[in-house]
Amino acid sequence: MPLLPIALSVFRESVRDKVFYNLLLFAVILVAASLLVGQTTAGQDVKIIKDLGLAATSLFGIFIAVFVGINLVWKEVERRSVYNVLSKPVRRPALVVGKYLGLSLTLLVNVSVMALALYAVLAYMNQGFPESVRQAWDAPALDPALLIAFVLILAQLLMMTAVALFFSTFSSPMLSAVFTFGLYVAGHFNADLKNFETIVSLRPVVWVARALYYVLPNLASLDVKSQVVHGQPVAAGYVSLSLLYAAVYIVMLLGAASLIFARRDLK
Amino acid sequence: MHAIETENLTKDYALGFWRKRPYRALDRLTLQVSPGEVFGFLGPNGAGKTTTLKLLMQLVFPTAGRAEILDRPVGDVEVRRRIGYLPENPYFYDHLTAEELLRYYGRLFGLDRATRRQRAGELLDEVGLGAERRLALRRYSKGMLQRVGLAQALLNRPQVVFLDEPMSGLDPIGRRMVRDLILRLRDRGTTVFFSSHILSDAEALCSRVAILAGGRLVSSGRLTDMLAFEVKGWDLVVDGLSADALTGLGPGLIRTTTIAEGRYALELPADARPDEWMARCTALGGRVVSLNPLRETLEDFFVRQVGAHHRRTEPGSNN
Repeated sequence: MPLLPIALSVFRESVRDKVFYNLLLFAVILVAASLLVGQTTAGQDVKIIKDLGLAATSLFGIFIAVFVGINLVWKEVERRSVYNVLSKPVRRPALVVGKYLGLSLTLLVNVSVMALALYAVLAYMNQGFPESVRQAWDAPALDPALLIAFVLILAQLLMMTAVALFFSTFSSPMLSAVFTFGLYVAGHFNADLKNFETIVSLRPVVWVARALYYVLPNLASLDVKSQVVHGQPVAAGYVSLSLLYAAVYIVMLLGAASLIFARRDLK
Repeated sequence: MHAIETENLTKDYALGFWRKRPYRALDRLTLQVSPGEVFGFLGPNGAGKTTTLKLLMQLVFPTAGRAEILDRPVGDVEVRRRIGYLPENPYFYDHLTAEELLRYYGRLFGLDRATRRQRAGELLDEVGLGAERRLALRRYSKGMLQRVGLAQALLNRPQVVFLDEPMSGLDPIGRRMVRDLILRLRDRGTTVFFSSHILSDAEALCSRVAILAGGRLVSSGRLTDMLAFEVKGWDLVVDGLSADALTGLGPGLIRTTTIAEGRYALELPADARPDEWMARCTALGGRVVSLNPLRETLEDFFVRQVGAHHRRTEPGSNN
């Protein structure tokens, strides 16, 4: 299967297109914030930096997932480089999945470096406080539970990459970006759709809302930033189930994207 | 066994946004190409050449009919291990160098690292890009990209090579290089199927050609069968003749064209004796510059066939 060379090619393209420059900006934001926060808040410094670090990881990641993802297949077709690839022994679904894996690798590296950077800043801040202050925090500065939040952020990003790639197989980048960002926003308020009957009594509307609840990505279930920052436990079972949900959602989207792309005339 | 075979291969595209209407880009193409042949696929722009190649590469799917390469359906992905394809005006990844691109494609073919390295080097030297192998493709000219395209089409030592307008964007040296490359491929037993509207290339390279117009096959066969190779006349160029001397040459000239002062191109009939005409010119003070027999060219044949097709399909014609 040519998945690996295709994935590595996408990763190399990300590197050469300077996608990882966002890490520099991330580091600057973290360091600047840690200096600033130390002078304006009392005792909340670590919590704010954790919040900021996780939010920035999510935000930077979603921009990469969407803006690289919407071009993954579209650019190949539009610039006709796909002709050269598909005249080799490469099945169309392999191209779709390989491209997805390549961007996923980029996001994995991006999120990992951001996690390391956040831990580095937190370790530096941790040194500046006496033990008595540290005892009063909801969670330790170098809380391993932060990793759970990072893993679930990565899962969210991989879901949104699959969404962007799905649209990229048949739509222009502009429309794909609109659709993907729309789903990203809707995905955070998905839980409201489940309980729509408490607001509206009209059955067809409730059915539509329930259908949308199952179709739209349930990103809220993958968002544990707040719990982690406040030191609340996140059950292992919940994390496993959320990851399983993300995996199923991704596989279904990649399947649909592959089906659409496999039947398309590449004019 | 056929290297390439199509039977009633047809492709309709839907045109328009709201009200889709079908447009037939290729109409019932039936064609066979034997192994080891250099086959020219000719036609004016919009004739359906690129559509045919895309159908053979499964980049688009046929509306009707079937196509096989090396006796396997074109949809069989394994057959692509044994073929090479150069698309028209190829485009590659800007961020890669030519060497990296060929190694990447080598991985798609499943070639091992040593073979990838060796083939990339060999082929880039063969297409004259050895010195630029580490230059990013975004810096390549159109002609250089065409050469990279040729190199990638040959990476897997294919049994059948499909070249869509291989001379496009090339300078005279590049065109000569491609001609020599095609002849070397032929000598190695590779089947070469190339589309072109540059007829002199087809005439110089092909054993057989097919002519397409308006999506339909209008003629196919061996060049020797298609073109009348008997002499249709003579083209005699003389220099140093005065206008009076020209009239003194006597009757029998079909046409006289003035090239420059004192220099003329004389068209003689097929049954003329060229040696007698040269002697006459010399006797009148002229100097023979050249003498060439006039034969029907592929271009003459092509223009006749395509013109006849257009007349048949024009509105108001009986067909």
